[in-house]
Amino acid sequence: MRVWKVMRTMMKSKQQRQIFYIVPYGIWLLLFVVAPLILMLFQSFTTASGHFTFSNYAAYFGSGTYLRMTFNSVWYAFLITVITLVISYPTAYLLNQLKQKQFWLLLVILPTWINLLLKTYAFIGLLSKTGTVNNFISLWGIAPQQLLFSDWSFLLVAAYIEIPFMILPIFNSLAEIDSRLSQASHDLGANKWQTLRYVIFPLSMPGVKAGIQAVFIPSLSLFMITRLIGGNRVITLGTAIEEHFLVTQNWQIGSTIGVVLIAAMIATMLLTRDRTRKNLRK
Amino acid sequence: MSEKQVPIIAFNQVDLSFGDTHVLNNVDLEIEAGKFYTLLGPSGSGKSTILKLISGQLTADSGDISFEGQRVNDVPAEKRKVNTVFQNYALFPNMNVFDNVAFGPTLKGMNKTEIKNKVKEMLNLVKLSDFVDREIDELSGGQQQRVAIARALANDPEVLLLDEPLSALDYNLRKSMQYELREIQQRLGITFVFVTHDQEEALAMSDWIFVMNDGVIQQNGSPEDIYDEPINHFVADFIGESNIVDGIMKEDYVVHFVGKDFENVDAGMRPNERVEVVLRPEDLDLTSIENGKLVVTIEDQSFRGDYYEITARDDDGNEWQVQATNSAIIGARVGLTFDPEDIHIMRFNESEDDFDARLESYEDDDEI
Repeated sequence: MRVWKVMRTMMKSKQQRQIFYIVPYGIWLLLFVVAPLILMLFQSFTTASGHFTFSNYAAYFGSGTYLRMTFNSVWYAFLITVITLVISYPTAYLLNQLKQKQFWLLLVILPTWINLLLKTYAFIGLLSKTGTVNNFISLWGIAPQQLLFSDWSFLLVAAYIEIPFMILPIFNSLAEIDSRLSQASHDLGANKWQTLRYVIFPLSMPGVKAGIQAVFIPSLSLFMITRLIGGNRVITLGTAIEEHFLVTQNWQIGSTIGVVLIAAMIATMLLTRDRTRKNLRK
Repeated sequence: MSEKQVPIIAFNQVDLSFGDTHVLNNVDLEIEAGKFYTLLGPSGSGKSTILKLISGQLTADSGDISFEGQRVNDVPAEKRKVNTVFQNYALFPNMNVFDNVAFGPTLKGMNKTEIKNKVKEMLNLVKLSDFVDREIDELSGGQQQRVAIARALANDPEVLLLDEPLSALDYNLRKSMQYELREIQQRLGITFVFVTHDQEEALAMSDWIFVMNDGVIQQNGSPEDIYDEPINHFVADFIGESNIVDGIMKEDYVVHFVGKDFENVDAGMRPNERVEVVLRPEDLDLTSIENGKLVVTIEDQSFRGDYYEITARDDDGNEWQVQATNSAIIGARVGLTFDPEDIHIMRFNESEDDFDARLESYEDDDEI
């Protein structure tokens, strides 16, 4: 019994010490994550004069403009995700086969160290009427073309920015796959394609899901690229929130859209959750 | 090999290096259909390399590998009629037991009923019928092992390659799996090529053993041949316990070691040729000093259940391992005795072919 008591006090003090470690981040979380979320939720349910109301949500879901905007956000985020996935999976697969894979991976990651706005402005320089691309195609006399402020330039730049975030998790999950599994697959009569399809791809699904999360969710709320590259032709939820908070100063509707956006993000997380049996059990 | 059928697998001067490491040195071997073969050797001896060359996971630098007489060096792994049981099983973790075993048959394009029957048959064979729907991580090591065997056999291979499949199992399980594997091989009548570093396992299971060291096949033969007639120091030392001393073959049937001449049964060597003499511990008996061919002092003994392992030393300083049924007294001087046929002579640098030829030459003499 005495031993038990001593052990309990020891465990208690250990727990207390562990709590101490999370204090700094806990404060951070409280001030900059939890509090703003509560404020936002609160505002979405109040009028400008501070009375409780559902009218913000009624306005949001009753308006064709907002719904179209929501649909647009999801649709473009979906397109960006598909484009990055199609480019990233083969790239990650190839990177894994290379001898100097860590070096090549570094080259893939490198652009993420550069500020998003800088990269976006660089694309303006490339794609504008007097930009590099137009200068180049003028050699064939087909310049100048309107490249900026189009859907595809928006998708191009968004995909360019998101690709590393898709490659990295896929690369990691491919690297974790025991190479003997593909040997076993060949041994049992599978060719390269069958091995990829039945063994490698299913086993890399956690990485694919993580990549989809890492790309789709941020893409829902893109707004600087939509303005600078898409020329506000593409209005997403991110753009709408920015407009409401900074331009029309309608914080109530802005908060409502924010809540909807967060709900969409949570839904995406749940859909792409790693539901393999193994992870549930452990 | 007098009937001279085409071997199912043949290596002709197969050579392979990884960078500076010469892993296989001009290996020749022949494997006949329907037998249980073992590649035995310490780690790094090249035994798994041979397996990987047969399965197609590795490609030889030079030499020919043929399957039923056809050169297969350039045939990819998935097109070869061999399957492998991998050392760590390499089961697909994204599939359950059924899907793992069904993997090969599905790729072959069998229909659903055929696949179902095949999987059932294979799981029956390895006594895992109740585990069809289990996930791989729900199985014990021994059960995963059985799934790996079933998965490889489901492809109806003509040769099953087993890469140290039992090394991760505990002693008792390993013993029972040895019998089961042997039984499965005999029931299916296909060729097994088994890789192990465990000489007991090799002796217990195989029809034929290849003893490997340093990328060279040191000796091949039946378990009895290899145990009774080791060709060199390495084989004598690696297979079972051995007492090895230097000696001189004075003439046919007379060998001189530890200062005495002994009658033996070997012949065909040059007069006064320097040789190594092998005496197995179980062939030595303790006796009185007067009756002993050698006189030794008991230094140590340990009880091994069915016998005592005794260490003794003669007056020349040679150490002798003896397996005795009765215990001895440490420090006592006793005699050691053995029969002429217990003495095995090894020449230095004698090749297997020379060894066989010499054996035939004087065994013929005996018959005349």
